[in-house]
Amino acid sequence: MEIIKTENLYFDYEIYDDKGNVVEKNPALHGVNLTVQKGEFLAVLGHNGSGKSTLAKHFNGILLPSRGKVFVNNIDVSDDSRIYEIRQTVGMVFQNPDNQIVAAIVEEDVAFALENLGVPPDEIRERIDEAMKLVDIYKYHKHAPHRLSGGQKQRVAIAGVIAMRPMCIVLDEPTAMLDPKGRKEVMGTIKMLNEKGITIVLITHYMEEAAQARRVVVMDKGAIIMDGTPKEIFSEVEKLKAVGLDVPQVTELAYELRKAGVKLPANILNEDECAKELAVILKEGRDLLQ
Amino acid sequence: MLKDITIGQYFPGDSVIHRLDARFKIVFSILAAAMLFTAQNFIGLGIAAVFIIMCYAVSGIRFRMILKSLKPIVPLIIFTGVLNLFFIKGEEILLSWWIITIHTDGLRTSAFMVVRIITLITGMSLLTYTSSPIMLTDAIESLLSPLKKLRFPVHELAMMMMIALRFIPLLIEETDKIMMAQKARGANLDAKGLIKKAKALIPILIPLFISAFKRANELAMAMECRCYRGGEGRTRLKKLKASILDFLAFGLILCVFGIIIANNFAF
Repeated sequence: MEIIKTENLYFDYEIYDDKGNVVEKNPALHGVNLTVQKGEFLAVLGHNGSGKSTLAKHFNGILLPSRGKVFVNNIDVSDDSRIYEIRQTVGMVFQNPDNQIVAAIVEEDVAFALENLGVPPDEIRERIDEAMKLVDIYKYHKHAPHRLSGGQKQRVAIAGVIAMRPMCIVLDEPTAMLDPKGRKEVMGTIKMLNEKGITIVLITHYMEEAAQARRVVVMDKGAIIMDGTPKEIFSEVEKLKAVGLDVPQVTELAYELRKAGVKLPANILNEDECAKELAVILKEGRDLLQ
Repeated sequence: MLKDITIGQYFPGDSVIHRLDARFKIVFSILAAAMLFTAQNFIGLGIAAVFIIMCYAVSGIRFRMILKSLKPIVPLIIFTGVLNLFFIKGEEILLSWWIITIHTDGLRTSAFMVVRIITLITGMSLLTYTSSPIMLTDAIESLLSPLKKLRFPVHELAMMMMIALRFIPLLIEETDKIMMAQKARGANLDAKGLIKKAKALIPILIPLFISAFKRANELAMAMECRCYRGGEGRTRLKKLKASILDFLAFGLILCVFGIIIANNFAF
């Protein structure tokens, strides 16, 4: 079953003059057709300005298409009367954790969405406790957010979204401002949520993160240029480099070795795999290069 | 470090006073202020002062904190004291030296005013010492809610206060960073003279404002994503609930108030 579907989606950023007339149109999306299945873990890759964040903002009606359609759970996002239903279905987490935390106490912030939805206080308490325990920040529930680390803050933001019990979470470069430790924490949380059946759309420019997804979509100049499993995508090293993207370091190593004539498979994604393949070759014959 | 500045001066605790509904506490503070202004003599003032000190004892806030709360208003206390001392004239002259004459009435009024200000500030501080900023914000929203009928934006005001509380530590930290960054670029932030000092602020304020607007923009988007749509139909995680305790405290304060008024007539 599909949860998000875009049909021939176009979007232009419009610049207005003082009188409210459009002076300039900056096209950001050119006819994007994308379907996200329920339970999927999709990574959207692209360098700066490729339109990946713009695309993400269409998934819960923050931006509305200039042309084309976006459906969330079969609801058209342009349907103003059901916008809160849509935003409850697709939660969103942004890059900077500081700028998305509203309240001065962790648990109050996690409760924010539920308060807006008019959930009764007893149920709010139950749902936020559950959400905070799930992302492992319950022990900080009385703390002030600015005292937490980046990874912890980002998990507070995720908990605030989880509390709405969404079917899908869109994360727009959630680890870009975090240190390696925080990045690991957040990626761990994201994977755990996906295992619990929540659909994940991860916008990122870290190849190592995209490699952990089950499906990768590559965007360039407002359009989708590649779509497939991480193995399929990262085996096309030249195509990725042409649009200004890198491949994970191991893949790069395998690619260079293959170019030099070593018989390695094209779709190596992690260190273990690479080591195993190399070990096999080294055991089999001395003539590594052919 | 700048980051460690606490907003408000809340001391968490579990005393009876901490557990009182913040709305009641605000009303109590207003009543206490009214009480101090109703008291016409030292006995009345004394009763009010003893009452406030007893409240401190119950709350478990250290008495040292009373002095801390009085620190910023020391100039005001001195000013009031001196002014009353020299300019209130009575029949009896207590002391006369050169052009200075102090009358007994002057001394009495002066002492009275000083005690009144001190007890007033001490009483008010107890409110912020025993209620968290969030509790106060909620209480103000709740107390002002009748004004909604007059289209006064009560919810928006409370939301603004909440967001301000959240972002003040962040912006302070950011100011710190910007100052360091500008110093590293050779900005002279320790300039002498008023105009130069004002000019030195520009390279700090402009980046600070730009970043604050960016933050506001992102925050608004994040709030929208979490279904924020104003105060209409909103529920709260923590509902302010009045308990018997609040009404008992209310009764107690009214009693003290009554005694002070009776005292005014008795003497």
